[in-house]
Amino acid sequence: MKFLCIGCDAVMDYVERRLPGDGTMAVVYACPACGKETAMLANPMETRLVSGLGIEVGGRSVPPEPLELVRSSVEGLEERAEGVAEAAPPRPGGVRWSEDARERLMAVPSFVRGMVKRIYGEYAAERGIEEITPEIMDRARSELGLEGM
Amino acid sequence: MSGGSERRRIRTYHEVADPGAESVVGQVVEQRRRLRERLAGVGRLVAVGSGKGGVGKSAISANVAAALAASGRAVGALDADLDGPSLARMLGARGGLARGDSGFRPARGAAGVGVVSMDLLVAEGAPVRWRGPEEHRFAWQSVIETGALREFLSDVEWGALDVLVLDLPPGTEKLARLIDLVGSPDAVLIVTTPSEAARHVVAKSARFLEDAGVREVGLVANMATWSCPHCGVAEPLFAADGARRLARDSGLELWAEVPFDPRIAADTDEGMPIVLSAPERPAARSLAALAERVAAP
Repeated sequence: MKFLCIGCDAVMDYVERRLPGDGTMAVVYACPACGKETAMLANPMETRLVSGLGIEVGGRSVPPEPLELVRSSVEGLEERAEGVAEAAPPRPGGVRWSEDARERLMAVPSFVRGMVKRIYGEYAAERGIEEITPEIMDRARSELGLEGM
Repeated sequence: MSGGSERRRIRTYHEVADPGAESVVGQVVEQRRRLRERLAGVGRLVAVGSGKGGVGKSAISANVAAALAASGRAVGALDADLDGPSLARMLGARGGLARGDSGFRPARGAAGVGVVSMDLLVAEGAPVRWRGPEEHRFAWQSVIETGALREFLSDVEWGALDVLVLDLPPGTEKLARLIDLVGSPDAVLIVTTPSEAARHVVAKSARFLEDAGVREVGLVANMATWSCPHCGVAEPLFAADGARRLARDSGLELWAEVPFDPRIAADTDEGMPIVLSAPERPAARSLAALAERVAAP
């Protein structure tokens, strides 16, 4: 899918992607010539289709995790897979989640929760943060453009 | 569009170069690269499928995989039936999938077969419930199931294998999905029973594979005969001879006629395929011969 500013005959640039938390997605594009912005709004089915392809509009912020799609798409699997992962040797950069951060994470729709958790986890690991708190989540959301997560 | 006599020109998709769209294409290309890289260590990719359900695909898959492993080959078995997984149980693989350095490690089943199945991930007895909106479930679920199959192939540390057996769910379209993902498998086993109903449905799978240009396709007639436990005389189990007729009509080679043996089901229920538990029985011998045929074209 490409966005064209008809007036300028210019390909619009990707600006940001937002997941407001209701299963929908908004992707903002802007014309590099006139600056006009437009948002593509995807309904839950369309959003799920895109995530089912294992791609991220605008490019991936972090590389895919093994079985990422499977683990985030089947009910109960994320928790079980985490149990398996915990049984394995600890990975470098492993981080803790505070209780209130976990609570906030649970408000994210279940079918994208695994992906969201991974993004925050990698954000913290890359910066040497040992515990993810709501404040860290806010900071990551702002820096990574993850509004709604 | 305008109301005037001149229609303004809008460049077409292919006329527009867009780095943003290319990043999406790039992600797909990267997925394909990972898949190719992972499967580079697989000597032969063998799919077991059928247009018809209930013909014994998983039991055939489990026995072929176990027989090959018992002969000293390195074998993997992937249960591509995501919604009705049974292969892990049939091969006696238990527990979950442990995390390795570059993916998840297969569980070990009978004769050392490396097994991956949704059954090894979901809790015991829990159905597979896909997360997503109820509306248009058919559309997104199909995409996700294909993506899940891709991940099971590319995100598992299969290692160097002589043979990777893929147990597909019923339906000709499942063969099509697999070919979309990995291209033509080295061999496809089409499983049927001698019944006319099965022949009718399975003939469509055979036709599809021919059209898709799959070079090695073997027909497997499951439950072909029944042997009297007292005198040993083998009789046809079905009145029809659909499998042989299918072979005749389609030009497919009949690679095996597996006699009905209640121990096939009983032993795979226990996680010990009959090729290992009772290799002297006719059904086991037929399955072991099929495995050799699969491994050495």
